Amino acid sequence: MKRATAIRLALIAAIVLALELLTRTGVIARFVAPPPSEMVAGLWRLLLSGRVQPAIAQTLGKIAIACASAIVVGSAVGVAVQRSRAVADAMAPFFTAYYAVPVYAFYPLMIAIFGVGEAPQVVIGFMLAVVAVVVNTINALDRIPRVLHKTAAVYGMSPLEAARRIYLPHAGPYLATGVKLAVSYSFIGVIGAEFIMSRVGIGHEIVFAYNNFENEIMYPLILFVLLVAGTVNGLFYAWEKRLLSRRSRS
Amino acid sequence: MNVAATDAAVHIGLRGVTRIFGTDPRTRVNALGPIDLDLRRGEFFAVVGPSGCGKSTLFDIVAGLSPATDGTATFEGRPLDGRTVPEGVGVVFQEDASFAWLTVADNVAFGIRRAGLGAAEVKRRVDDTLAFMGLRDFAAAYPAQLSGGMRQRVCIARTLVQRPRLILLDEPFGALDQQTRLIMGEELLKLWRETGATVLLITHALDEAAMLADRVGVMSARPGRIIDLVETPWGKDRDSRVVADPRFGEITARLWTRLRDESMSALSQKAG
Repeated sequence: MKRATAIRLALIAAIVLALELLTRTGVIARFVAPPPSEMVAGLWRLLLSGRVQPAIAQTLGKIAIACASAIVVGSAVGVAVQRSRAVADAMAPFFTAYYAVPVYAFYPLMIAIFGVGEAPQVVIGFMLAVVAVVVNTINALDRIPRVLHKTAAVYGMSPLEAARRIYLPHAGPYLATGVKLAVSYSFIGVIGAEFIMSRVGIGHEIVFAYNNFENEIMYPLILFVLLVAGTVNGLFYAWEKRLLSRRSRS
Repeated sequence: MNVAATDAAVHIGLRGVTRIFGTDPRTRVNALGPIDLDLRRGEFFAVVGPSGCGKSTLFDIVAGLSPATDGTATFEGRPLDGRTVPEGVGVVFQEDASFAWLTVADNVAFGIRRAGLGAAEVKRRVDDTLAFMGLRDFAAAYPAQLSGGMRQRVCIARTLVQRPRLILLDEPFGALDQQTRLIMGEELLKLWRETGATVLLITHALDEAAMLADRVGVMSARPGRIIDLVETPWGKDRDSRVVADPRFGEITARLWTRLRDESMSALSQKAG
């Protein structure tokens, strides 16, 4: 195990252990938060009961749609914008300022346009994710050196073949960063939107449990969100790292 | 200067080749020519010239990567259209063009695999080429794990494995230190001898041109024309030891004499 990984795991273990001690000794009252071990047991019971499975399926489905749309649309927009230096330069300030705008401020507008169903939550997840994909696609394409374009010409490749055989593999690690961020932002967008505008989904279940003082449901669900988001993000991180490892000298 | 030959073994033929960039008379750049030049089959030809004289433009035309504005360029008697690199032509650029996501062996195999050669033939050719280029021990390495010189070797190997009849090199050692350049130069001579290919080397290094080439074409400042052709007296088995030959100094001195005024002119063009 690498030193950095060991430190990382030790830090997580220390936080969990501290929380366990603080809750068990009463420093943190049980009605504020149960011990992590009880959260794990509670999550296990909740999953076995089958009560939250529809909400989980709903939320993960919305995240998948938001994320996939952001990747497809963001990649296409990134490619289109990158083709013109002038357009890319003109758009750069918008992309930089984009994440300074709280997307949830558009919540009433989303309801007005898409109604009160699930669509606004997907749109918010999409809106949060798409620009990360656009920016990373532009960055990835900018990193393709001119000599690789010439190399594709030497082999007589069509633009599509060059993209498949040379440009995409070269840009892969940088595109992977966009995909990784899209997954994270979709999670944040959809679950956050469920908190304020949904009647189904994990976000709604957490808020519902909170309003009814159901800590035995709320905390296990928060733990579930953490575990799923952390696992998915970790898998993408490992994938990105694997791609980048071939580009390093070690 | 008309340097056209009537040799039947002409490999590359250039007749009145010019290249003009842009159409607006106020902004267009007359980059090259007219150039008349024949490269003989199997010869090692180097082109030297001042910075910005159109060496790379000439290279792109000969490679089939860019069309001439006027005149004709032919490879083995067939016209170069400037849109496709003909079969039999291998190209090595100055910049690192190795594929970072592929191992050295997969880099070398890239072109012949794409051309549809069978797995056994690909392996045989790749193994031979890796051995020839001294890369056998690095077959499983990725380019990022290699030095600049080694990565350039990978690019040369990727070209060589396709058994080109004409090898074009655009300042391939430009980013390397002097010692590595000399060693790579010797290796280039070795592959030239063993493959029998025609080599066109674009370089800004006069000593490199004088050591490696059978003939050196000296280009003028922009628009680049061939203003001198210098034949070297070295035999085919030459290596870097020719730098100790008194004639080497004479050749580089002649090249520099021809280039000095052109380089000054190029500098004043830039300043203007």
